[in-house]
Amino acid sequence: MKIPYYPGCTLNTFAKGFDSSARQSAQTLGFELSELKQWNCCGAAFPLTPDNVMGLTAPAKVLANASKDGAEVMTLCSVCYNVLKRTNKVIRDHRERRRVINGFIEEDYDGSLSVIHYLEVLRDKIGFDKVTAAVKRPLKGVKTACYYGCMLLRPFEDMGIDKAEAPVIFEDLMKSLGAEPVEFPNKIECCGAHLAMNNEDVVTRLSGNVMKSAVGMGADIIVTSCPLCQYNLEKSQARVEAETPGYKGVPIVYFTQLLGYALGQDVEGLGFGESKWDARELLKGKVTA
Amino acid sequence: MIKLSNDDIKSSVVQRIERISGEDFKKCYQCGNCSGGCPVSYAMDVQPHQVMRMLQLGRVDEVMNANSIWVCVGCLQCYSRCPKGCSVASALEGLRQIHLRRSEEAQKVSEIPVAFLKKAPQQAIVCGFRKLVS
Ligand code: SF4
Ligand code: SF4
Repeated sequence: MKIPYYPGCTLNTFAKGFDSSARQSAQTLGFELSELKQWNCCGAAFPLTPDNVMGLTAPAKVLANASKDGAEVMTLCSVCYNVLKRTNKVIRDHRERRRVINGFIEEDYDGSLSVIHYLEVLRDKIGFDKVTAAVKRPLKGVKTACYYGCMLLRPFEDMGIDKAEAPVIFEDLMKSLGAEPVEFPNKIECCGAHLAMNNEDVVTRLSGNVMKSAVGMGADIIVTSCPLCQYNLEKSQARVEAETPGYKGVPIVYFTQLLGYALGQDVEGLGFGESKWDARELLKGKVTA
Repeated sequence: MIKLSNDDIKSSVVQRIERISGEDFKKCYQCGNCSGGCPVSYAMDVQPHQVMRMLQLGRVDEVMNANSIWVCVGCLQCYSRCPKGCSVASALEGLRQIHLRRSEEAQKVSEIPVAFLKKAPQQAIVCGFRKLVS
């Protein structure tokens, strides 16, 4: 099975390990991520006002190109997923805006694609039971905090990947790998997002709240599907450690890296970056197979 | 008794903000759920529900000068919790858009730390540019 795949800018650069571990895992599970022939940046932010039609042209171009490669397009990055899925809905449901957008990008796209996430492919097309059957190194005893953040989930009526306030898709995947997901109150809270550019205090506080709540519930690793969440959390962690008595940092990784590890991929090929909180140490210590 | 109607209160500026943001500020009944759920309300000089109230009352200058416009992270907790379907996030983005279209930006490109540009994921840079730089 080939699935048309939109990697997005960040997975081509900053988050290469996210991309490569996902591609390899797909292969092990019997499907292939087939990268779109032509793609551009999605714009990294869905415009929150209807007035900003210009903000929709970049993602619309991605969708129009993707529609030439198949009936669906899959992403890994939560932000790409959010922007493409919401833009697709606007194009499908609003005739006038569709006309303006198509005029700008010189295409005739009607919004008929379905935009899906890798997690949905695993749940709906492969099945978590099949994932379990393919596991070579069960992540036994690895307490994972599944950090959804904002973009996978909100707004609920547009994203619809899972239950609104109490999603489980991430936890179900972790269970299928043999890990022990832990519940924590901040799993659908924001990391500070683009304020990474100019407001370290807000980012440290928001990311810190996420990490403290996860580690407080016993997590020894935090799993995400968003490179910006990964960056904000990891970058804030040294300061959170320094400012929070008793807090000890944990690795912050992409879910596909744990997936790849459980499926038996070579740990050095999973793209774990250099970090003070190294997932490799944890995995080698806990997982013996 | 204060009577709130479009004719009494709305300045043409409020009407413009409503048109840009796609929000009807009168729908808000001030329950405060948005501010309760907002993760950065602690850092805002005007709270999310107050933004809506001020826009209802036509107090445009106060909201336009509030730091709330620039510290909103766009997480949509306000919208997901609002029983009236209001999006403070869209109201704030409308205000941000007005500032940016007047070249009033929160971040000068020349002052973005080089370390950030070198280390941050592309999506942070692109998103930051769109939300903070005109
Ligand atoms: S949650 Fe909605 S109705 Fe309540 S104060 Fe906020 S915007 Fe108004
Ligand atoms: S979108 Fe902005 S105003 Fe709404 S909850 Fe998030 S930070 Fe607060």
